[in-house]
Amino acid sequence: MIVAGVILVILVASVLFHLFTPWWMTPIAADWSTIDHTLRLTFWVTGAAFVAVIAFLGWCVYRYRHSETRRAHYEPESGKLETYLGIATTIGVVFLLAPGLVVWNSYIHPPADAAEVEIVGQQWNWFYRLPAEGGKLGRADARFVTAENPLGVNPYDPNSKGNLIVNGGDLHLRVNKPVKILLRSIDVIHNFYIPEFRAKMDMLPGSESFFWVTPTRTGTFEILCAAYCGTGHPFMRGTLVVESDADYEKWIAQQQKFTAMNEQKRGFAALPATGQEK
Amino acid sequence: MVEVRAGEEGFHPDDFEDEEVPHPRSWWTKYVFSQDAKVVALQYAGTAIFVGFIALVMSWLMRIQLAFPGALSFIDQDHYYQFITMHGMMMVVYVLTAVFLGGFGNYLIPLMIGARDMAFPFINMLSYWFYLLAVLILLSGFFLPGGPTGAGWTLYPPQALLQGTPGSQYGIVVMFASLCVFIAGFTMGGLNYVVTVLQLRAPGMTMMRLPMTIWGLFIATIMALLAFPGLFVASLMMLCDRLLGTSFFMPAIVQNGEQLAHVGGSPILYQHLFWFFGHPEVYIVAVPAFGIVADLLSTHARKNLFGYRMMVWATIAIGVLSFVVWGHHMFISGMNPLFGFFFATSTLIIAIPTAIKVYNWIFTIWRGDIHLNVPMLYSLSFIVTFVVGGLSGLFLGNVAVDVPLNSTYFVVAHFHMVMGIAPLLVIFGAIYHWFPLISGRMMNEKLALAHFWITFLGTYAMFFTMHYLGVLGVPRRYYELGQTAFIPPSVTSLNIFITVLALIVGAAQLVLVYNFIRSWRHGEVAARNPWRATTLEWQTPDMPPPHDNWGPQAPKVYRWAYDYSVPGAPRDYIPQNQPEARA
Repeated sequence: MIVAGVILVILVASVLFHLFTPWWMTPIAADWSTIDHTLRLTFWVTGAAFVAVIAFLGWCVYRYRHSETRRAHYEPESGKLETYLGIATTIGVVFLLAPGLVVWNSYIHPPADAAEVEIVGQQWNWFYRLPAEGGKLGRADARFVTAENPLGVNPYDPNSKGNLIVNGGDLHLRVNKPVKILLRSIDVIHNFYIPEFRAKMDMLPGSESFFWVTPTRTGTFEILCAAYCGTGHPFMRGTLVVESDADYEKWIAQQQKFTAMNEQKRGFAALPATGQEK
Repeated sequence: MVEVRAGEEGFHPDDFEDEEVPHPRSWWTKYVFSQDAKVVALQYAGTAIFVGFIALVMSWLMRIQLAFPGALSFIDQDHYYQFITMHGMMMVVYVLTAVFLGGFGNYLIPLMIGARDMAFPFINMLSYWFYLLAVLILLSGFFLPGGPTGAGWTLYPPQALLQGTPGSQYGIVVMFASLCVFIAGFTMGGLNYVVTVLQLRAPGMTMMRLPMTIWGLFIATIMALLAFPGLFVASLMMLCDRLLGTSFFMPAIVQNGEQLAHVGGSPILYQHLFWFFGHPEVYIVAVPAFGIVADLLSTHARKNLFGYRMMVWATIAIGVLSFVVWGHHMFISGMNPLFGFFFATSTLIIAIPTAIKVYNWIFTIWRGDIHLNVPMLYSLSFIVTFVVGGLSGLFLGNVAVDVPLNSTYFVVAHFHMVMGIAPLLVIFGAIYHWFPLISGRMMNEKLALAHFWITFLGTYAMFFTMHYLGVLGVPRRYYELGQTAFIPPSVTSLNIFITVLALIVGAAQLVLVYNFIRSWRHGEVAARNPWRATTLEWQTPDMPPPHDNWGPQAPKVYRWAYDYSVPGAPRDYIPQNQPEARA
């Protein structure tokens, strides 16, 4: 009796907690509402399964609790029941998986017109690199890193010329413009995480990863690291500003060019002799 | 040694000869260097529980830091990350794996299949001493300069090997060395369990008459034998990178403005190796729990296990599938994103046999005669927590839904619920269930009930609510959240709530220890077969069972393990070794 009652209380309390929780998704700031929809759908499907299974469990405990006169039913198998439940579960799984795969397919295919920005992590700072207007990002490798070239941009790649390097400043993005975010690290694994974007991806030393996103509202967002990267991990923060085209143009005009940076400090001479690409 | 050709046509249990076991000659060989699987089991379980309490204290310290940042001044960042690393690795490998396979496996496999001991008793004893050595090497990290490693329990490179990570000098070396010794020791025990189940079953004990406990332990051991080598080679390669200057996992890295002497290695390769072990490991812990809980439910509901054959095949399916789902730990690791499709699909497929198991547990008590004693309560609480943890796994396994939740407290809540709390509740239920067999006495029921309600309700409230921190996006592995724009102050309130519960639930485990020790000496003397169970371990000539388990006559098996409430039978159970009622 008491046990069945407690199971019922757990069921009701869990559902009420879910309905009235103050801890829920942050207001979204990117067009990944498809991710949120899939998440909500998963809550509905799993919530229904949770209620059905726990309610049936509680009912069984109430209905078939021991008494002196009770004797259990003897029925080793019921093929029919097992088949029906197996089919129902399979349908539920397909119902969850199909939209998940569709969303993933769009997650890994950035639109062709997406702008590019590179994010580089280093314990425990964020660096950004943008191509010059109409240009491309030059190649990069940790072996090119020097004091003057903190991102390891390949100085022999013609595309590197004119790349804009943001060292220590905020990152700015245009609102409503898709952007492919290229990710790299020069020491340990980091993860570029803006909760309001929903999207994230690890940043690896030695290889490049990416995701893409279209910011949908202007404002200032906090960048966090979501992969444990050493004792400074909680303090690896950055700031993202999503703004209109006009404000963005103003910001980008102030950014420093890779060649300008290096000429000022005559950095080419300091390049390491190994690992150069001609 | 007996050769069992179980299942062949025309055999009769009386055709088989008995086996002999080596008898101990001194106190040392009886209680310390014992080759008796029952003693080895208690050694394994005792050591694992000791390690478990160390890991529990570390979880307290972490929780105190999360709820009251800076309250304990000695918990600095280095210590915090050392605590999470050691808590995780200890609980997963040195506690849960060791308790289920080393503890319950050793105690129950020979008894429940009707054998006198393991197939290779000496190797079995050695397995425990390797395990103890692994534990000592692991704990030595606490006393070395720099302390144990603080690389996170997954020990990802390059982080784990780089200066600045706590314990990168010695801690990381003893961590991997300890894992290698553990795996060597486990392999000795594991081969034993498999061979014993295959070769030493009592006459008449066909595979399809094995209790689910044995199926769970058997499948989990096979999985462990196939999965642990992945961790073993990863550990050796990490040791080479750390000590010999190789670059298996280390690409070109710049640290503190200096180029390190590594180039070309792949950090992702380590993650593949680690999770090739790591995901089956989840089921290595869960599958024995599945088996044990099936037997507890059946025994205490006086009803046959529902869908035995389906349960066996679902367990085998889970075992096989668990080897092709590891990539769901790496959806946002930067591996080729096309893998996401495959691993999401395989992961959600594994939900189907798992769900079937849940249905069959509940259908086992449906139309039963449910005795709400302590083992049954623990079994019910296992179903509740496993359902929550299993369902939250459907979020993380479905690749697109994983993206926002990955690396948040949703993950922490999920895996604690599904592979921490749920299997632990089974361990507790199993302790109360088999304590009379091991000690010959009953445990105190009032203390057991207090322990049960605090543990179940406390852990449920902790980890159910914690999921929602992850939905909000609160990242895990943060020493302190500090000022973060999107995190409201109410998160601190929830963190305090969880921490207070963790302190209470942790302290309540002392009730179990007290009950265990007190009942061992002063408990009420147990009746023979106090739960009126069908399985062989309760049919021994003495309780606790003698050294060779069966005395003069080893058992012969005539029926499956679930003849409860058989229509027409005088009692509501028929032991497996009771011959067919012939006229």
